[in-house]
Amino acid sequence: MREGGDRSARTGLLKMNFEGQTTDEFIKGLWRDNPVFVQVLGMCPVLAVSNTAWNALAMGLATAFVLLMSNILVSSLRNFIPRQVRIASYILIIATFVTITDYAIQAISVELHKSLGAFISLIVVNCLILSRAEAFASKNGIGRSIMDALGMGVGFTFALLCLGAVREIFGNGSIFGWSMFPDQFQEWIVMILPAGGFFTLALWLLIFNIIKERKAS
Amino acid sequence: MTASHRTYDQSHSGGSRMLVAMVGVGIICALLIALTYEGTLPRVTRLKAEALDRAIFKVLPGTNKSVPFAYVIDQGFVRRGGEETVGPTVYAGYDQKGNITGVAIQGSGQGYADVISILYGYNVQHQTVIGTHVLESKETPGLGDKIEKDQRFLSNFESLDARLNDEGTALLNMIIPVKFGNKENAWEVEGITGATISSRAIGNILGTSMTEWAPRIQEYKEDFYKDRSIEQ
Repeated sequence: MREGGDRSARTGLLKMNFEGQTTDEFIKGLWRDNPVFVQVLGMCPVLAVSNTAWNALAMGLATAFVLLMSNILVSSLRNFIPRQVRIASYILIIATFVTITDYAIQAISVELHKSLGAFISLIVVNCLILSRAEAFASKNGIGRSIMDALGMGVGFTFALLCLGAVREIFGNGSIFGWSMFPDQFQEWIVMILPAGGFFTLALWLLIFNIIKERKAS
Repeated sequence: MTASHRTYDQSHSGGSRMLVAMVGVGIICALLIALTYEGTLPRVTRLKAEALDRAIFKVLPGTNKSVPFAYVIDQGFVRRGGEETVGPTVYAGYDQKGNITGVAIQGSGQGYADVISILYGYNVQHQTVIGTHVLESKETPGLGDKIEKDQRFLSNFESLDARLNDEGTALLNMIIPVKFGNKENAWEVEGITGATISSRAIGNILGTSMTEWAPRIQEYKEDFYKDRSIEQ
């Protein structure tokens, strides 16, 4: 009887520990290890696609989908893929899901595909996805890999939206295509240009670091 | 077993494992892509056809029905049936009474990022370009894509002059792009500040395409009226 009680207590502890770990895997990507504001990963799409809020949102969601699916497949095959060919295999898996995303977006809406077409293929070279496959999914189980991908994906989408919103407001005078200012508003064209991406990213990094320092002190 | 044999066997089995892993991953990936492609193809084809239809109705105002015509050298325009391609295709638009509203033509040319593909409407009677729609473009969102959204730029194509010379062999005035604020004539396409290359590309595409198509359409314009059944 005593032994049975110990076993159920141990199982309960293990379960709580697992749930705590998986929750932590999700939350870390949102804030503590945010892929853009902390790890500064995937800068190519962050700077290229964040010129409007819609583009930023669509790109963020597409990247999150590829990240989630590639993490699941890499984690499932982690004991099957030898060390020497792991990077080639991961790139093959990532490219596959990018192609699938491309077809899926075409099937959802031709208009959406038209506005994102140039940037979908950029997801293949997003080092965030490769780094999560190499650093996390290849060493952990499917459950934790899913939570890691969801956290990082949402964190990446949030960061892109932060940049996209600021750039669209100042560069186009609108947010999600809705006009925000009177007609007399003079758009800051530089905010839509690549230079504006660097300015906005620097601004958000500054704000993020100030908040982090205040929290730490 | 000697040491050299062991090393060969180990490396051999390692090599086989790598090969099996890569081939295995490759097969899984190929299957996933093929399944998604096959699964989405009917819907993508349908959506693209619908998008083309919408574009035809947009560039030819008042259109109720569109009919594809293929151009055959020395024969003129032949109504296309089924999927077979006998020559470059244009789309004639008809209103409810069966009167022709214009001809929609596809054109393409080099933009800033990649090739821009457009569909534009041509009024056969007045010899003017009456509307454009971008079918495919990879121009910079927020800048180059203003060629689709900028109302002032789009107003260029409400009645862009594309008249032929007296011989009917070439445009009387070549359609040309001009800088923003410099438009003086009905055949000039006024550009967009901040999207100079993309807007110039549209002007150049129209100039090149009209030079090719306007003489053909005017020469064989009766072909669009021949088959009265299409007007039902």
